[in-house]
Amino acid sequence: MIQPIINIRLYRRRRLFNYMVLFASVLTTLFGLFWLIWLLWTLFSQGFQYLNLDIFLKATPPPGSNGGLANAIVGSLMLTVVGVLIGTPMGVLAGTYLSEYARHSKLATLIRFVNDILLSAPSIILGVFVYEIVVVSTGHFSGWAGSLALSLIALPIVVRTTEDMLRLVPNSVREAAVALGAPQWKVTIAIVYRAARSGILTGILLAVARISGETAPLLFTALNNQFWSHTMNEPIANLPVVIFQFAMSPYSDWQHLAWAGALLITFSVLALNIIVRLFLKTPKSSY
Amino acid sequence: MNFNKALFFKKTDPQENGSDSISQEEIQKKEVADKVSDKMNDIKLSIQDLDFYYGKFHALHKISMDIQVNRVTAFIGPSGCGKSTLLRCFNRIYELYPGQYATGRIMLDGDDILAKGKDLNLLRSKIGMVFQKPTPFPMSVYDNIAFGVGLYERLARRKMDERVEWALNKEAIWDEVKDKLQQSGTALSGGQQQRLCIARAIAIKPEILLLDEPASALDPISTLKIEELIDELKKDYTIVIVTHNMQQAARVSDYTAFLYLGKLIEFDDTQRMFTNPRKKQTEDYITGRFG
Repeated sequence: MIQPIINIRLYRRRRLFNYMVLFASVLTTLFGLFWLIWLLWTLFSQGFQYLNLDIFLKATPPPGSNGGLANAIVGSLMLTVVGVLIGTPMGVLAGTYLSEYARHSKLATLIRFVNDILLSAPSIILGVFVYEIVVVSTGHFSGWAGSLALSLIALPIVVRTTEDMLRLVPNSVREAAVALGAPQWKVTIAIVYRAARSGILTGILLAVARISGETAPLLFTALNNQFWSHTMNEPIANLPVVIFQFAMSPYSDWQHLAWAGALLITFSVLALNIIVRLFLKTPKSSY
Repeated sequence: MNFNKALFFKKTDPQENGSDSISQEEIQKKEVADKVSDKMNDIKLSIQDLDFYYGKFHALHKISMDIQVNRVTAFIGPSGCGKSTLLRCFNRIYELYPGQYATGRIMLDGDDILAKGKDLNLLRSKIGMVFQKPTPFPMSVYDNIAFGVGLYERLARRKMDERVEWALNKEAIWDEVKDKLQQSGTALSGGQQQRLCIARAIAIKPEILLLDEPASALDPISTLKIEELIDELKKDYTIVIVTHNMQQAARVSDYTAFLYLGKLIEFDDTQRMFTNPRKKQTEDYITGRFG
């Protein structure tokens, strides 16, 4: 009979080590979740009581009178939508170029490097940059400038996630399409995009989530507006700057509105994430 | 090569020693000559002095061989010997990767595939390829077939339906998927996926079908099905198959090429190659002494 060679002490040590690492991972996960839940709870408990229909129907009031955040909500939506519309096509195309056309070229390496710098640039710098080239040259703050600043924040996120997601598509799928005689643009659009679509959309969504809470770049570009304004050519009200102003103010009714606004932004981004996740839940795929 | 074969037969055939040996020999010579002229007309791909490089690495050395029309030609050899590389030269799919290049000539019906300025998309529509791992596109079973067809033909919906059914029928997979045409191709089983991929390749009606270890990731039953299909398909297509499995090569192919370290060691009738290999290396590999 063959004696099994098992070093039981070695095995026990490995098992103990496994438990230790597992314990540490659970602990750190709970630590992270703790702050997140605290933050959401604080927002909810402080902000929920001030949510009412007026928030969605009335414009920001002067201190001491009744009002809502309607103009800021609409302004924020406009700024975000236009910012995403500018940033997304550029980002997706650049990501496609990096992944599908120039994967190993020197130019791609350079673009990736610059993109990473842009990705980690403080948003206030981007705000000041747009202030310099748009606000100064046109002579006034405007929604366009705000959207441009937001698109500069969204751009590198979209570039990065698009490239990463496209690279996850296995080469064998590209080869299979090319072997049928498909030109490269067709392979990219019909096959590769389709295989990576949920990843790309998630990236765009991340960018939306990121820019919908940005304050610093808007301070220098879209500024704010106490009144209703639908023209992108003028300073435009937006939630982040309103929250910033109202939360810093000494008036309690303004502070209440700030709580409500913060709750609104956070939970709409959360809802957006959940909805898209549900929509993108496609049947099991091997990619 | 054929002449050598005649010599070989002469040596081994006991009848040669008989009184009517001269007439026998003449008959045999004539047969060989017929075969040669026959083969001249039946060459689909003629590979001449092909070298292939992965950057600085010299992967194929002066390969020359002819691939017969409507026959199955198998490439065998140990891993890394260059059999897949050789296959990938025939539709120039290596061009997807910078640094890989081939020199020499590959004549397809008298036209050099490796020539500069060759329209690769058109070339690839004439030469279908199936890979080791099943590669269904992330779309429905129907669209998996229709995608390739739609690249080069404008078909009305009904015609397209017919073509899809034809291709799936040809692959003996129609009965299994006819109720799942709108389901994702990636949801099929591995064996079904691979047959879907072969159906996709033949749906565009290529002249040559390149199979790169098409059954190596499949279970024995699926493998058997695919081998039966290969036998069926060679009526209409010229087939080149790369395989690790020597029994498979013996079962499905008419001709076999043995490659080793990027060189073509031996190329002959499959039956001859497996019963009476001419080179020692071939014999060693076939009998399992290495590889």
